[in-house]
Amino acid sequence: MTAAFRIMRQRFSWTVSKNYMQRSAETTGPAASETLVKIRDLHFARGERVIFDGVDLDIPRGRLTAIMGPSGTGKTTLLRLIGGQLTPDRGSIEVDGLQVQELGRKALYDLRRRMGMLFQSGALLTDLNVFDNVAFPLREHTNLPEAMIRDLVLMKLQAVGLRGARDLQPSELSGGMARRVALARAIALDPMMIMYDEPFTGQDPISMGALVQLIRLLNDALGLTSIIVSHDVQETAAISDYVYVISQGKVIGQGSPEALGNSDSALVKQFMQGLPDGPVPFHYPARDYMEDLLNA
Amino acid sequence: MLDWIRGLGRGGFRFFETLGRANLFALKTLVGIPAVLVRPRLLVAQLFSVGVLSLPIIILSGVFVGMVLALQGYNTLVDFGAEESLGVVVALSIVRELGPVVTGLLFAGRAGSALTAEIGLMKATEQLAGMEMMAVDPIHRVIAPRFLAGFISMPLLAAIFAALGIYGGYFVGVGLLGVDEGAYWSQMQSQVDLYDDVYNGVIKSLVFGLVVTWIAVFEGYDTVPTSEGVSRSTTRTVVYSAFAVLGLDFVLTALMFGA
Ligand SMILES: Nc1ncnc2c1ncn2[C@@H]1O[C@H](COP(=O)(O)OP(=O)(O)OP(=O)(O)O)[C@@H](O)[C@H]1O
Ligand SMILES: [Mg+2]
Repeated sequence: MTAAFRIMRQRFSWTVSKNYMQRSAETTGPAASETLVKIRDLHFARGERVIFDGVDLDIPRGRLTAIMGPSGTGKTTLLRLIGGQLTPDRGSIEVDGLQVQELGRKALYDLRRRMGMLFQSGALLTDLNVFDNVAFPLREHTNLPEAMIRDLVLMKLQAVGLRGARDLQPSELSGGMARRVALARAIALDPMMIMYDEPFTGQDPISMGALVQLIRLLNDALGLTSIIVSHDVQETAAISDYVYVISQGKVIGQGSPEALGNSDSALVKQFMQGLPDGPVPFHYPARDYMEDLLNA
Repeated sequence: MLDWIRGLGRGGFRFFETLGRANLFALKTLVGIPAVLVRPRLLVAQLFSVGVLSLPIIILSGVFVGMVLALQGYNTLVDFGAEESLGVVVALSIVRELGPVVTGLLFAGRAGSALTAEIGLMKATEQLAGMEMMAVDPIHRVIAPRFLAGFISMPLLAAIFAALGIYGGYFVGVGLLGVDEGAYWSQMQSQVDLYDDVYNGVIKSLVFGLVVTWIAVFEGYDTVPTSEGVSRSTTRTVVYSAFAVLGLDFVLTALMFGA
């Protein structure tokens, strides 16, 4: 289906387009395309509740893209859709030239090997200590000698400032520490892309600052593509190249952080400035408050 | 009335749906087993927590069940002057029935519930989802080793249970009640058949091991990822396993010794 579509598009560009080279790169060449993740007309619902209602989104390669939006709009869900853990009801998600929802098991796992994901909860394996947690992907996917694994793990732990905590069990870590260990684990295999789900929650100002810098550094030094989901508007805006604001199933604003900061849209303004009243509702959909109280 | 029928229908659907999921799950687990054999360390760790840690309760129960059997058997047999056959009675009851069945029930309570709770908590804390995102299939990495360990451990535990039960019977029968030691062992030797009795007992314990472990890992994997969900799944593991062991015991016994 998609293959046929792709061929058609290629033929089309062959006959019509002036710059065939560029188009074919966009449709076929995984390494050549500028856009790493391309989401088109995404629809997704959990039972009755519609979470995405026609979302278009591009994540450019090598950049740091932030996704913001009120709590419960589906940011975590979006990351899971990109990682192929959920399947969209309609629309397409393309990662590195591959249609995620159409991949077979093997191809999907090959793709995931090149993605890192930092879970909101950390998701550390509780039966392994910090060192073994970071070593886990290396041991599962490579045959590196133990000495080299040790070096790699210590390097990653050093980057998040927890080299000294290598012998602790996950239960002995604070929430913020656990998230940093999870970050070290997510970068263990040097992926092409990392998705951070709320990396700054529970960090004190010092580790927050360090983490902000680390994320930016990883992006620039390793040429990674980064997607950050976060509520910390200031911190995230400071390091991101491009920002999407999602609310109620739609992209309500996008652009560079500066552009969004000066946006005319009431929706975006409300979110970027953190005002409780405005077009974006603070409340989960419910019936009228008075009515609810009076009809016990 | 209509509601009742509707409820019944819905329950039926849900039952078959779960059964289907459980079967697919078993298939995926079986596919994952060769990968475990290549990495014996994963299996050994699980053999320890599933098998070795179940040993104390199995040993203790085995000895006591044997002792009780000897007491009961002796009181009945002595009326007929047949107390020499005590060894046969103890050995047959344990090897054919009580060994596999009681071990199966204890195994479900000790190892099965632990497996469900562990896997369920891994799911609730997103550890399984995290593995998936690291391109590690949790069914291969987490489920398959546990499943295999349960399948291997259960017959061994049943054998240990049987051996200790027979010693427990010996201790009470010969040691306390004064049954002739030679008669206890020699009658047992001549009356207990390797194929009819021992092998059939082994088959039972293999089947129970398979079913109990399957229920346990499936309930864990299929749990609703909350504290309440995990606690419910753990309860279900024990209840379903008990039903399965007792029901299958009847079926297997009928097939082996009946008709
Ligand atoms: N397993 C689930 N089953 C049903 N509904 C779910 C499930 N997980 C999430 N939801 C619903 O999907 C919506 C989006 O959830 P999601 O976790 O993606 O939000 P989020 O944007 O990441 O919020 P937060 O910023 O608070 O983390 C929520 O309204 C939630 O009620
Ligand atoms: Mg979230």
